Amino acid sequence: MLSRVADSLYWMSRYLERAENTVRQLDVTMSLLLDPSETSADTRWQRLLTSLGNPSGVEWTGDADVMTRSLIFDPANPASVTTCVYAARENARQVREEISTEQWQRLNRLYHQMHSPHAQAQFRANMNDFLASVVDGIHLFKGVSDTTMIHGEGWQFIRLGRYLERAYATATLLEVYQESLLNLPEREHSGYQYLELVGLLRCCTSFEAYCQVYTADLSPDRILEFLLLNRDFPHALRYSIDGVRQALDAIQRTGGRRPPDELLATAGRLHAMLRYTTIDEILAGNPGAFLHSIREQCKQIHELIYRYYVQYSIQSALAV
Amino acid sequence: MSAKEPVHIESPDGVNDTDEPIDNSAIAATPRPIALERLFRDYLLDGAFDEMRTPDGGIRPHYQALVETLASLPHEELLRRKQSADLSFLTQGITFTVYGRDEGTERIFPYDLLPRLIAADEWDRIERGLIQRISALNHFLRDVYGEGKILNDRVVPRDMVYSCKHYRRQMCGLEVPRNVYIAVVGTDLLRLRTGEFVVLEDNLRVPSGVSYMLTNRRVMKRTFPQLFHSYGVRPIEHYPQLLLNTLRSLAPEGRPEPNIVLLTPGVYNSAYFEHTYLARQMGIDLVEGRDLVTHDNIVYMRTTDGLKRVDVIYRRVDDDFSDPLTFRADSGLGCVGLFNAYRAGNVTVTNAFGTGLADDKAMYAYVPDIIKYYLDEDPILNNVKTYLLTEDKSRQHVLANLDKLVVKAVGESGGYGMLIGPQSTAKQREEFAAAIQANPRNYIAQPTLDFSRAPCLFGSQMEPRHVDLRPYILFGDKVNIVPGGLTRVALEKGSLVVNSSQGGGSKDTWVLE
Repeated sequence: MLSRVADSLYWMSRYLERAENTVRQLDVTMSLLLDPSETSADTRWQRLLTSLGNPSGVEWTGDADVMTRSLIFDPANPASVTTCVYAARENARQVREEISTEQWQRLNRLYHQMHSPHAQAQFRANMNDFLASVVDGIHLFKGVSDTTMIHGEGWQFIRLGRYLERAYATATLLEVYQESLLNLPEREHSGYQYLELVGLLRCCTSFEAYCQVYTADLSPDRILEFLLLNRDFPHALRYSIDGVRQALDAIQRTGGRRPPDELLATAGRLHAMLRYTTIDEILAGNPGAFLHSIREQCKQIHELIYRYYVQYSIQSALAV
Repeated sequence: MSAKEPVHIESPDGVNDTDEPIDNSAIAATPRPIALERLFRDYLLDGAFDEMRTPDGGIRPHYQALVETLASLPHEELLRRKQSADLSFLTQGITFTVYGRDEGTERIFPYDLLPRLIAADEWDRIERGLIQRISALNHFLRDVYGEGKILNDRVVPRDMVYSCKHYRRQMCGLEVPRNVYIAVVGTDLLRLRTGEFVVLEDNLRVPSGVSYMLTNRRVMKRTFPQLFHSYGVRPIEHYPQLLLNTLRSLAPEGRPEPNIVLLTPGVYNSAYFEHTYLARQMGIDLVEGRDLVTHDNIVYMRTTDGLKRVDVIYRRVDDDFSDPLTFRADSGLGCVGLFNAYRAGNVTVTNAFGTGLADDKAMYAYVPDIIKYYLDEDPILNNVKTYLLTEDKSRQHVLANLDKLVVKAVGESGGYGMLIGPQSTAKQREEFAAAIQANPRNYIAQPTLDFSRAPCLFGSQMEPRHVDLRPYILFGDKVNIVPGGLTRVALEKGSLVVNSSQGGGSKDTWVLE
């Protein structure tokens, strides 16, 4: 597969995952604001920005309308949902021949929905419906990708982008929340605190999945255990990193070229960390540092993928 | 073709898409002339050949079923189908970007919902004429870049060749695979008052529009399924496969499993949609110049699995921009060293470089002689009368009659650099006169053609608009032409310009069995 094409598919996928993450976190923040709470609105919006990685140019000014519009519709904000959908479509457009017509049409609809002159009015009329329909559009795209695209190298680069972006976003989210989560006062959880915990789970669409595993008995350490170490839940960090590894393995199998040890080692080390560390060990140590190191390793994997598959030097390739 | 079958109400969703005759007694009870009158209220008939109607106002037999179907459809149903077709173009992303505005101003490619019909015998003549013409032009290119017999015999003047903007000296003495210079051609035809099809120009460099032909067909089949079925239209959908076979047949010797790619200038090119469409339909890689590298006169592409050798390049980048070492040095679109690899015979690039020599608008005047010279045949498809302005007598005639003629710059395409005499201002004519006198080789003149018009749908009325026809010709092992082509329409009333860059649109072309 052409390096440029792999690059575009990877970024198309990352941008859509990013858009979905922003929509979900925004949706949760707005719904938490409906209930009276010990946490001030200022703190919530600030925390939202931090867990979205502090997109440049967006600041909390005390106006929720300005903030939501900027996060969803502002084309000048590189992290807005509109920008992400646009960037995903631009990437898809550059590899139009590699993706299926169904995928393209699905992404195109999403793009036209976001860029319609009525989009902002629709959002104001019913924010929840609008955000839900954007997430729907992204889910449909993923479903169509899985059912209409050949599960070859291109599809694996899409998975690679999706899981790496998701792992990075989840690690960031948990890093931001872990401190308040673990320092909850040791008293009977109030209804408000319950809502907080549900909110965190809903940021990762994991409330129902959590209940299936642990029942509705919400506790911070179990939530961390679930979102970090669960093997079977698609938004858990371990699952995402497993996905990254599987995609890298599959790419290696289709291409036949063995990735450098450095890439395999980095992905393998991260996998082992999530596979063999227990939640008690993490909590006994420094959970913040643990999450931070996961983020750093994700960045490193991204750089190695680039160096090896996309931006290699001609001299090195001719020498083989 | 079955003009007398009962009219069916059609549904693009296939809801009523049965062979059961639908009860149309209500329609039959309505006096037909009223519906027709409504349909034809603004339908102008004058001297130009009308594809659908005879000069006395009747309907040509092969258009009968189309007219009956339209007359039977309620106004709302027509609008609904139009909307559904629009949406289909939009979600397929068959759009073009309006330059110079904010993002989001993508428009769908303008098209008309009514098919243009071509009878079997008419098509047969077109097909024979095109095969003859393309074969002769290929002989011509081979000769001019080789021995130059036609020049020695003074059939085509030497200075006409050497002064051509698209002549490429680099091609001299070079043997191209299977002697095929022009593998992919789109030739523009017009139909005159007499009903005769003539050639307006040949496009031998990087003809575009074939994706619109294919997508128009797809949308039309969904919009009028029953009508399409009842007409017995010859298929065109296998074009990508024919193109792939053509490209494969031109692969360098000793490369039995050639790696074939399509070279595009990139996402900002106005035909980018077409490049992706064709690459996808053929299952080949779409590459940009930056994906290619050459080493030891072999072309490679950068893949995730390292460098991979390239054997055949279907080139959609102009000569000038293809290789900065050989052609324009400031091009960032091409591949450094491509021409040398081509010279070495390690890669096939098609169309060959320098083919623009044979579609120069002045060279066009010599094509009948070229056909005669190489094939010893009379042209099946005639040219439009063309004045070469290098000849004193013609030039004086043209300068005296600028208000009646069309003047074109020889190396331009896309409707640029043109003067349409009857629609021009005195100032424009002065400018062209000065330009012609300064550089007569750069211009030709032709009579203003009253070419044919075909019915188009506006709201729920039919109105005639000028149309041309661009069939697509493939030349590999043998010459292949899919029946039909792109019918381009001058959608603006009275306009004679069909180019999409100048407000033209397109419609599906049905060649009947």
